[in-house]
Amino acid sequence: MNQISGGEMLVRALHDAEVELVFGYPGGAVLHIYDAIFKQDKIEHILVRHEQAATHAADGYARATGKPGVVLVTSGPGATNAITGIATAYMDSIPMIVLSGQVESRLIGTDGFQETDMIGISRPIVKHSFIVRTATDIPIMIAKAFHIATTGRPGPVVIDIPKDTTDPKVEFPYTYPTDTVLRSYAVPGKGHSGQIKKAVEALLGAARPMIYAGGGVIQGEASDALTKLTKLLGFPITNTLMGLGAYPASDNQFLGMLGMHGTYEANMSMHHCDVLLGIGVRFDDRVTNSDTSKFCPEATILHVDIDPASISKTVVADVPIVGCVSLVLEEMIGLVEESKARINTKALGDWWTQIERWRSKDSLGIKPSEDGKVIKPQQVIQSLHKITAGDAFIATDVGQHQMFAAQYYGFDKPRRWINSGGLGTMGFGFPAAMGVQLAYPDAVSVCVTGEGSFQMNLQEFATCMQYDLPVKIICLNNQALGMVKQWQDMQYSGRHSHSTYAESLPDFVRLAESYGHVGIRIEKLDELDEKLSAAFALKDKLVFVDVLVDPEEHVYPMAIKGGAMKDMLLSKSERT
Amino acid sequence: MRHIISVLMENEPGALSRVVGLFSQRNYNIDSLTVAPTDESSLSRLTLTTEGDDAKIEQITKHLNKLVDVVKLVDLTDGAHIERELMLVKVKASGSQREEVQRLVEIFRGQIVDLTANVFSIQLVGTGDKLDAFVSAQAEGAVIEVARTGVTGVSRGEKVLNL
Repeated sequence: MNQISGGEMLVRALHDAEVELVFGYPGGAVLHIYDAIFKQDKIEHILVRHEQAATHAADGYARATGKPGVVLVTSGPGATNAITGIATAYMDSIPMIVLSGQVESRLIGTDGFQETDMIGISRPIVKHSFIVRTATDIPIMIAKAFHIATTGRPGPVVIDIPKDTTDPKVEFPYTYPTDTVLRSYAVPGKGHSGQIKKAVEALLGAARPMIYAGGGVIQGEASDALTKLTKLLGFPITNTLMGLGAYPASDNQFLGMLGMHGTYEANMSMHHCDVLLGIGVRFDDRVTNSDTSKFCPEATILHVDIDPASISKTVVADVPIVGCVSLVLEEMIGLVEESKARINTKALGDWWTQIERWRSKDSLGIKPSEDGKVIKPQQVIQSLHKITAGDAFIATDVGQHQMFAAQYYGFDKPRRWINSGGLGTMGFGFPAAMGVQLAYPDAVSVCVTGEGSFQMNLQEFATCMQYDLPVKIICLNNQALGMVKQWQDMQYSGRHSHSTYAESLPDFVRLAESYGHVGIRIEKLDELDEKLSAAFALKDKLVFVDVLVDPEEHVYPMAIKGGAMKDMLLSKSERT
Repeated sequence: MRHIISVLMENEPGALSRVVGLFSQRNYNIDSLTVAPTDESSLSRLTLTTEGDDAKIEQITKHLNKLVDVVKLVDLTDGAHIERELMLVKVKASGSQREEVQRLVEIFRGQIVDLTANVFSIQLVGTGDKLDAFVSAQAEGAVIEVARTGVTGVSRGEKVLNL
């Protein structure tokens, strides 16, 4: 049998784990691995310009494809720079493998150059982690890491690799394990049939039902099953921020996103429902509002999730169902098909009448500026939707622009909406859009950002130039940290503490140009559609579109702190 | 309510820190903790005591079960169980006090494992309450050092925690 080094084993094991792309940045502790990468052509390595961007790019790749993203960084600062991206993936249950270099085994614990305790630092934000002890650990650890990262509730797995274990002078025989069974790790399969029956009974008897579906449906590839069940029942449905695209936004049964910046009709229907079916959701505080005792006061709560610890964590479930969402949904569909006649259609009709009344309030209606020139940020997203036929991959950063994109783009397909929902990581969007573009070179990959978030990872302009990534960046430039400023307007009497910096903003058009890209500035409403179309017409180029938008605009609806889901501000002057 | 949770986990480096880290990360308390390898050398058994209502304990056990290194666990306080803790305690005693201390050791079925002219080193095994009672039964200022192992336990009867 051929003998190979640890570094070569690592690369070969990645190939055996069906990895195509690795996002990384070299450094001392991983030089042996980089040499092994140099000597092969099976795995493509993408050189980013900052390790945080490597993790977000791998994350974007994973969200768009469903396949795990792979990151390779060196020890010390390379590893710590990856932390924000690992935490981002962890919060949103994204499958990711992070290979971090480590100082030589003999130096561990001696405060060696570029040494940091990566296993310790990353411990609370990984699904699991491994430290390689000898080169022969590498194939089995890679196999286990991919198994753990991609099954059950997915998440990031770190493998810490001391430099000596990849030494090119030390060689061993290589075999990739076919069996990764771990006695201490079981993946939930189908749900408990008795519980599913109980849940379906509750759904059939419901007078004011509501379906609340989240990122778990997308991760669990259960969008089709969810759509089928929802259609079969004729019930209203809302998606969480993480779940956008799980159910087609253009369908009439879809009430929009719920929660802090959810639609009036989604939040009102949540509050007043009598049976709530939560699927692949975690009753996050941005959904329930701060006081869970006021959450869905009249509802029997049915909760389906693959993670038992998500059930009854913040809101107690009346019917908990632990299982793979697609299998649970299929079982529910079967039961509903058998007893479709028992759906309470009379009550459901009245419920829809009520919901349509709420919907007619048009809580996402856009009020154009009075002079007709100033661009409202919402109008940019509407225009973007029109120009991309609602079929682009949209990655965002975090803040007002993220909420506007979530509210106004209208996602009809899963895995098109790429955003940091749980951790809320500014700087996520641009590298994530790169990851999407690398996964789907012919697709339209857009980053909707703000001038604040964008500056947190703008060095990736260089990566996009190196690899010809024609990402389209739409910057809703309001010359301020818009969401911070909004809260300061609302809760701190307009004291804009460190949220404005208009005098120090770069010329983004020239900045993009200096990296060899195209920059376009849009300042007036009447040029919005035309210039935005022009940007998308440049199919092979990265285009940075700097759109100057109304700096006074706030995101509405907005939940009122301490209230129930029905308590919302609908505009600067109107509340429920 | 106080719960005793016994965890069988992989005898791997880092496994203990994952368990302990989970508690601080999620704002749970550990009141006592004891851990050692089992007869099966690939496994360690960790026993901890914690306080919480049913909802909190349910979350704790679910999160512990999610740790990849955790193979199995049991909340011993869910059923009839035996719990024990070992304490080594140094008690200052001279003159007539020495007999008094010896009598207390007998009553509590402890053992004097070392002595000098002024200090008894006493070993005591029992439930936490018993150990507490022994310490508070000593004369004011007599206890000069206490070393306790933390609680370990098993279920009563046929029920076992193993692979």
